[in-house]
Amino acid sequence: MVSTLLAAAGSGPAFNVLPWLVGLPVIGMVILAFMPNARDDALRIVAVATSAATGGLAVYLLSEFRTGEAGFQFVINRTWVEALGIGWHFGIDGISLFLILLTGLLFPLSIIAVKPDHDAKLYYGSMLLLMAGCMGVFVALDLVLFFLFFELVLVPMYFLIGMWGHGNRTYAALKFFLQTMFGSAFMFVGIVATAFLHQRGSGGPLTFDLVKIATDQSIATTSARWLFLAFAIAFAVKVPIFPLHTWLPDAHTEAPTAGSVILAGILLKLGTYGLIRIGLFVFPEASHYFAPLMLTLGVIGILYGAICSAMQPDLKRVVAFSSVAHLGFIILGIFSITVQGLDGGVVQMINHGISTPALFILIGWIYERRHTRMIDELGGLQRAAPIFAGFFTVAMFSSIGLPGLNGFVGEFLTLLGAFKTARWWAVMAASGVILAAVYLLWAYQRVFHGPAVGENAKFRELTLFEGAVLVPLVIAMFFIGLYPKPMVDRIEPSVKALVTHIGEHSNADVKDIPAPQAEASE
Amino acid sequence: MGLGLLADPLSVTMLLFVTGVGAFIHMYSIGYMKGDRDFSKFFLYLNLFVLSMITLVLGDNLLVTFLGWEGVGLCSYFLISFWFSDEANATAGKKAFVTNRVGDWGYMVGMFLTWTVVGSLNYVDIDAKASTISGVTATALVLLFFAAATGKSAQIPLFVWLPDAMLGPTPVSALIHAATMVTSGVYLLVRLNPLLLQAGWANDVIAWGGGITALVAATTAVAQHDIKKVLAYSTISQLGFLFMAVGTGSFVAAIFHMVTHAFFKALLFLGSGSVILGMSHEQDMRRYGNLRKYMPITAGTMMVAWLAISGIPPFSGFWSKDEILGGLWTWHGGSFSARVLWALALLAALLTAFYMTRLIILTFFGSEKWRDPVNLEPFDAVPALAGAHGDDDDAVVVHAAADAGDAADAHDHHGLTVDHTPRESGWLMTVPLIVLGALSLIGGIINLPWHSAENLSRWLHPVLAAEHEGPAGIEVAGLAAIATVGALIGLALAYLIYAKRRIEAAKVEPELFARAWYIDWAYTWFSGGPGRVAWDAINWFDHHVIDGAVNGAAAVAQGTGRVVRKVQNGQVRSYALGIGVGAALVLGFVMVRMTW
Repeated sequence: MVSTLLAAAGSGPAFNVLPWLVGLPVIGMVILAFMPNARDDALRIVAVATSAATGGLAVYLLSEFRTGEAGFQFVINRTWVEALGIGWHFGIDGISLFLILLTGLLFPLSIIAVKPDHDAKLYYGSMLLLMAGCMGVFVALDLVLFFLFFELVLVPMYFLIGMWGHGNRTYAALKFFLQTMFGSAFMFVGIVATAFLHQRGSGGPLTFDLVKIATDQSIATTSARWLFLAFAIAFAVKVPIFPLHTWLPDAHTEAPTAGSVILAGILLKLGTYGLIRIGLFVFPEASHYFAPLMLTLGVIGILYGAICSAMQPDLKRVVAFSSVAHLGFIILGIFSITVQGLDGGVVQMINHGISTPALFILIGWIYERRHTRMIDELGGLQRAAPIFAGFFTVAMFSSIGLPGLNGFVGEFLTLLGAFKTARWWAVMAASGVILAAVYLLWAYQRVFHGPAVGENAKFRELTLFEGAVLVPLVIAMFFIGLYPKPMVDRIEPSVKALVTHIGEHSNADVKDIPAPQAEASE
Repeated sequence: MGLGLLADPLSVTMLLFVTGVGAFIHMYSIGYMKGDRDFSKFFLYLNLFVLSMITLVLGDNLLVTFLGWEGVGLCSYFLISFWFSDEANATAGKKAFVTNRVGDWGYMVGMFLTWTVVGSLNYVDIDAKASTISGVTATALVLLFFAAATGKSAQIPLFVWLPDAMLGPTPVSALIHAATMVTSGVYLLVRLNPLLLQAGWANDVIAWGGGITALVAATTAVAQHDIKKVLAYSTISQLGFLFMAVGTGSFVAAIFHMVTHAFFKALLFLGSGSVILGMSHEQDMRRYGNLRKYMPITAGTMMVAWLAISGIPPFSGFWSKDEILGGLWTWHGGSFSARVLWALALLAALLTAFYMTRLIILTFFGSEKWRDPVNLEPFDAVPALAGAHGDDDDAVVVHAAADAGDAADAHDHHGLTVDHTPRESGWLMTVPLIVLGALSLIGGIINLPWHSAENLSRWLHPVLAAEHEGPAGIEVAGLAAIATVGALIGLALAYLIYAKRRIEAAKVEPELFARAWYIDWAYTWFSGGPGRVAWDAINWFDHHVIDGAVNGAAAVAQGTGRVVRKVQNGQVRSYALGIGVGAALVLGFVMVRMTW
């Protein structure tokens, strides 16, 4: 199989990097397996090196990516299991590009940021396997491959929460596992049915090729709607969309810091990415048909997540619930089925993957120092640790969506897009920007402001090493916030093609496509 | 939507007074903040503020303005909670930011609507297309941006953050919460003036909103004891005047009064800061008195500002306030409702003269009240209200910061003693006072009501398409005379009550006024009461109903009700079960479809 990988051709450059995004972490994991258990430092070096190398490949991918092209790039398409029509089909476009980059950034960062306190080998192995799975989802263009990677992610995550998590970790891990499995069952059904129905409709051979099925559009409207729902449930659990979100606060809170970072930064995006890549692309008519439902759930998520967030006594749960609200914006953008909305949705996936991990990392360090995350027990930390507080403030305002930082760009575009096609939903959703300020500033005040007493007065300032971990994230916050153009330029062609695709295959009103897109010049 | 900047007569006017007043306040701050442990951080925030304000003013489209708009809000948050170790300061900062965010909702939706109807957020494009926008849409747009303005410019219903914002360092109150940032809302609406022309009754909402705010805030200022609170409510009231001007289409008058107000209100705040420093951080005017003897420069300059804000000719405030009143008089062709609003404004102006005279008398004249130990005892705070419960974070910030606090903050001390001798501030602080005093005195010359002297009108004319024509000829003089008499009545009444003590002061300071008409109290009561209950209920619902359903389902599936404990051996089977059930469903589904 390795030879197949090496001989990859396709439309990309001679060396196709995509399989290596999955392969490198797997190789790293294999190396780890043959290393002695006791050598924690060596294990760590291998883990950091392979994940960083994979990140390097993602950067290389960015440099080779042809801006302005809508279709898939770096494509590899070979048969794998011929009898069943399962293909070895990889490719990326503007929608997946930055998610891959984010994966390549967050994994090395979170591996560097925290050391496991026991079973280092298994820990690093899980992280690398997780990385492989995440990368796999973002590059797979075959439904079976997609499903395999999507499920592959579950196992290491389960172990990360269950073995290295906090207090109620076993419960949280199981809940995460079962709830996601519940969704996956639907997806499995959906995938098999999609392939068979596509075969019946098109009269061709059985195939699981996502692109082919999407282009053919040979599944009857009603069936497609049912199938969309099956996928939507699977992805809704992952995103999570109200009311399937309850695994999230527990999993986020109980997971070790690195787990929370990856969970919030990448895993949730598997759901939203799936909704775009399979939901919108394969089932355009159904997506449009169910858009009002999805928009409503998105708006509920924004408001409901924010309110629940405000009421949490645990700082980590505050941020965990804020994810429900943020992901609501992404859902809103996606199902607005407009160029701006989808641009914003994709940008917001990245933004949330930057600001929330930064907050989780900081909260992890608060826990390390104070052995508590309960807001009641903290207070006045800014006096003892102004730099620490400064980093927290930046990440917080990024999350709140302050203009000039990344969060605003995504929120603005999703709301702008939604306002075009779903005006009242957008008006409701916009009030989420008020609530974000409420729950985060309130939490900030209770943790960082006020008088510092007891242990809080001795809170240790951010170390140079810790600062170095956060700096890349902070740079990304400012860069995207002040100059989103390079990002939007790469995302937008694919988004436009997708919206056009939906326009062709449904009665969605996408006439705004040919209009000049002023965002592009932002 | 680039990062374009636009310099036109309007933005340049704003730019000039923002940077001009800002420079003197920076100078003053060097003296005021001396010895603070976060001295350099203070100037970092202050400069970030100026940068944001300039961005706001110079932006050539709504988005760039929004960048500045949020930037100034952010700096305001940082600076209000600057001495964050005190819970009250932190709460005030958060309250300011959140309240402003409520207004920002209007700004954001306004931007989306503008984008939808105009296809651009550029002011030039908006102006060009304004006349083609339907009345309903324009009304909605203007109302949305007015909502934004009520937040930033502290108008009813969102004014509640500004009085609390006074807990920040006094130069901040002068720069941000009096002279510049709080005028942003007015600037935004003036910037969009071609849209206002199409907006029909939205203009009445703005004018009446401003009028009611002006009156409510003025009555509130009458009953405040904290010198900065008086000035805070005064600012809200004066901003109300600006909105009345905007709503009646007297845009020049709005900008004119904005500029003169920046002079005399910045001066009043800086002067109050000088007094506060001189009085060992005491802010309660009931402990002041006769300070003119000790602080002649502060007293002299503040009295110039007092006459200016009261509208006594020929001080600057007289000219600018008169233009607003004139615009109200002839609004809607001089209809009855316009006259009612004019009378309301006149009453607010009278009250302005009244409470400012009160402030001056209590501070600079009369006996030296801190000499009497009785006055150094804690005063009965306004009695606590039943219902204003809830946790401390939501509690109203009743009076100046508690005297506990962190001794490291030089400004947290309240060391006023009976043998205290107030001292005049150093030159770093008095020079700005003198300069602003001069500007408060002569600032009116930029737009005197004689045709050849209407410089500001001529200068702004190109960008103000819809300027409403004020009264002319003898009517101007008549109105000016009435306004002046009104101001003098206010002065005289305050003199009788606070200097001559003909009437007991408490009679004109009812609790309704002291508590700002219970508006803030109502919000606090709501957010601490029903609001809190509702949010708790939603959280309870999430925890027990939604999550309960999930756990319940899991329990049923496991058949034991103890899902949590049966972890290790449950997972593989559940996985298999899931896949199995799924596969069965697929087969069934496909078969059904096949036989169709």
